[in-house]
Amino acid sequence: MHVLEVRDMTRRFAGMTHPAVDSVSFRVEPGEIFGLLGPSGCGKTTTLRMIAGFESPDNGTVLIREREVVSLPPERRNVGFVFQDYALFPHLSVLRNVMFAMRGTPARLREKRAAELLRMVGLTRVDQRMPDELSGGQQQRVAIARALGADPQLLLMDEPFSNLDVALRDATRREVRALLKEQGLNAILVTHDQEEALSFCDRLAVMNAGKIEQVGTPEEVYHHPRTAFVAQFLGRSNLFEGEADGEIARTSMGALSIRPAAHGRVLLSLRPEHIVLTKGCGGELEGEVVAREFRGHDLTYRVRYEDRSIIAHTEYTHSFYPGQRVRLMAREPAVVLRDMNGSAALVPGEAHG
Amino acid sequence: MTDALSAARPLPAEHDRPPWYLLVAPAAVAVVMLVPLVYLVVRATEADAATLASLVLRRRNLELLGNTLLLTGGVVGATTLIALPLAWLVVRTDVPAARVVTFLGVLPLSVPGYVMAFALLSLGGNHGFLAGVFGIVVARPSGYWGALAALTLYCFPYVFLNVRAALAGMDPSLEESARSMGYGHGGVLYRVILPHLAPALFSGWLIVAIYVLGDFGAIALMRYEVFSYAIYTQYSGAFDRTYAAWLSLMLLALAMVPVLLEGRLLRSAKYARTGTGVARSLRRIRLRAWKIPALVFIALIAAGAIGLPFGMLAYWLSLRPPWGELGRVGQAFLASAGAAAPAAICTVLVAIPIAYLRVRHPSPLSRTAERLVYVGYALPPLSLALAMVFFSLRLLRPLYQSLPLLIVAYVISFLALAIGPIRSALLQAPRRLEEAARSLGLSPLPAFARTVLPLLRRGVLASVGLVFVIAMKELPIAFLLAPTGYVTLSVAVFSRTSEAMHVEAAPYAAAIVLFSSLFVGLLLRHEGKE
Repeated sequence: MHVLEVRDMTRRFAGMTHPAVDSVSFRVEPGEIFGLLGPSGCGKTTTLRMIAGFESPDNGTVLIREREVVSLPPERRNVGFVFQDYALFPHLSVLRNVMFAMRGTPARLREKRAAELLRMVGLTRVDQRMPDELSGGQQQRVAIARALGADPQLLLMDEPFSNLDVALRDATRREVRALLKEQGLNAILVTHDQEEALSFCDRLAVMNAGKIEQVGTPEEVYHHPRTAFVAQFLGRSNLFEGEADGEIARTSMGALSIRPAAHGRVLLSLRPEHIVLTKGCGGELEGEVVAREFRGHDLTYRVRYEDRSIIAHTEYTHSFYPGQRVRLMAREPAVVLRDMNGSAALVPGEAHG
Repeated sequence: MTDALSAARPLPAEHDRPPWYLLVAPAAVAVVMLVPLVYLVVRATEADAATLASLVLRRRNLELLGNTLLLTGGVVGATTLIALPLAWLVVRTDVPAARVVTFLGVLPLSVPGYVMAFALLSLGGNHGFLAGVFGIVVARPSGYWGALAALTLYCFPYVFLNVRAALAGMDPSLEESARSMGYGHGGVLYRVILPHLAPALFSGWLIVAIYVLGDFGAIALMRYEVFSYAIYTQYSGAFDRTYAAWLSLMLLALAMVPVLLEGRLLRSAKYARTGTGVARSLRRIRLRAWKIPALVFIALIAAGAIGLPFGMLAYWLSLRPPWGELGRVGQAFLASAGAAAPAAICTVLVAIPIAYLRVRHPSPLSRTAERLVYVGYALPPLSLALAMVFFSLRLLRPLYQSLPLLIVAYVISFLALAIGPIRSALLQAPRRLEEAARSLGLSPLPAFARTVLPLLRRGVLASVGLVFVIAMKELPIAFLLAPTGYVTLSVAVFSRTSEAMHVEAAPYAAAIVLFSSLFVGLLLRHEGKE
């Protein structure tokens, strides 16, 4: 039984030429943390709000544990929601914010249960404080505790970590993930941060311009991107056009091995860390280093090769400098993208917002 | 890396239709307001064609129109001549004790027009203040100049408050850049400052015009022939009700003009600060030798608008101490409060759903509801009250001269005042709070009651207070709709003053002024918060 199934969900806003959410379908399996990843304006938050019931889809269905919920108001869906700015009730203490949700619990048990939830999210000695007296990280935990207080079947989180500063964000993310796993909770995380999506989610959907481009585990979408957009939105990527013949394609970088096997004109993605640079000696496949970026654990180079710029990550032990000639070599097969419109997708949609 | 774009993008409005119970309040207001007005039209057109023609085409109607326009224009002009320099002195110059001057500029609001008329009338005549103290007998002020003085001295704070806020909010770099482009002080005033003040002036003028068109106490006491005075004499004396209905309709049409005009004028105006960064505070102009004339100007206004009414009240009260009258003053106070308190509570109960509808479910429907509220505010009280009288006499006899009908008329008349504070409070309570409560299992009404309503407390209290104090001193509606024998403070002052019984009127007028000072305090506090 799926925890959530979204089928062909579409939502148009008045005055917009394209639907904000366009025939989106996906499923969330029991115990899973699912991610909706995409640039701002791609429709991920609208998708989440339609699952919660704050918006109604124009088309499509939403099933929670196989029950159709589109016609139900938010309060009858048993879905928790954590807002980007937390939306704590400013006139209630922390404890009362958490107790707010426990309508089914007998009054005398509510306070005890709320205090337990606050301990569970790692908050102590703040029960009687007002929300505006808490730090951002503490507010975020209260918001999660409050959402859990209603005992939801599914927890929806809309950019819950984006208002935290970087140092706090990593730690909070790890703790929240551990908590969700420990409690066996199903959750959907909306984020524009690819690193967050890759590390936090069991599976994720990459959205662009209202559509889902790919659904898979973090490893799948990273290593086997299906479209140029996915390849470039999740980390960096070098895109090549080529002529495929089975497991080999001829490209401007010579013959590359590819996967899966294909025939005819193809668009290929090669990750920067899958390119090896060696010292040039005047042979073929050589380019000139134009920029070098030291990043501690590794180095990023931009290499000019036949009028285009190629990005490569190398280990810190290698050291080349701008002006040097280097030889480029792929150490993993390039991934065949399924973009129908080939090179048109070379510029990913940062501006689709 | 924060997602600034998506954070700044407003979430699309919920496209679900508002729940039906939110529509009850605006629908009720529409019905309660429009049915009597329709009935007023019916009543006016009942006579035969020849009578109608003689009523509508009377030369007197033109005279009334001329007088009404003359008075409205005169008060608008005179209030501006007082308020504009006063606001400029307070905000832009180093005039001494600017806070005290500001207070003096607002305090006259606690002296309603008919009390101001009472004070002016107290000066002259054989038994007036000048005769009693100095032995000088001068004619009582009356007619155009009397009405103009009474209404100007009461109304100028409305313009003052608006202009003062606009002046204080003006970006100094606008003036500085005009100076750097070669404009002198005068050029800056005409090219930059006055155009910038235009919206504030217009809305101040609108309030003044609505008040003057609707006023009845001051013009009746001064016996100046405008529409509302004619309605009053027709209704109370000649008793030609068809003609009274016609006069009410004409006045009503006149009152809608400024409402429509203001929308036009303001829709195209943009006066927001366009630059980024924090506005610098204004540099005050040093008055130097001009300080003396400025202080004389302020002293003259204070003497007229505050010294005169307070002095006259003190004079009459000292002439005959009111101790014997206190019991009846208390009764009149309770009568006023007995209508004003339920009116304030009902007004706010109606205002909350209308404001909520406007903020959370913006649509042509909710805009119409809001506009209706403003029409209710602009309706001349005499027209509204007369429509209610005709309507209740013919269709709802038990309601005629009943307290509920008086309260209903107050709700329609004062709803606009109650909506302001509630709407600004609502705008500060984010929609997400309700959504959070919904996702935690609450249906819409409890979600609102437990998350947003607590945050509206201050706005609701401000609205209740505002409507209560204004209803306490209301005259024309109480005069026509109050049950027989139900004498409010305002009716007591009016009926005694119109018989030249100033000594007898003084204790009631003093009670109104003291109580209305509360209103001024409330207004200043509320203004400080925004």
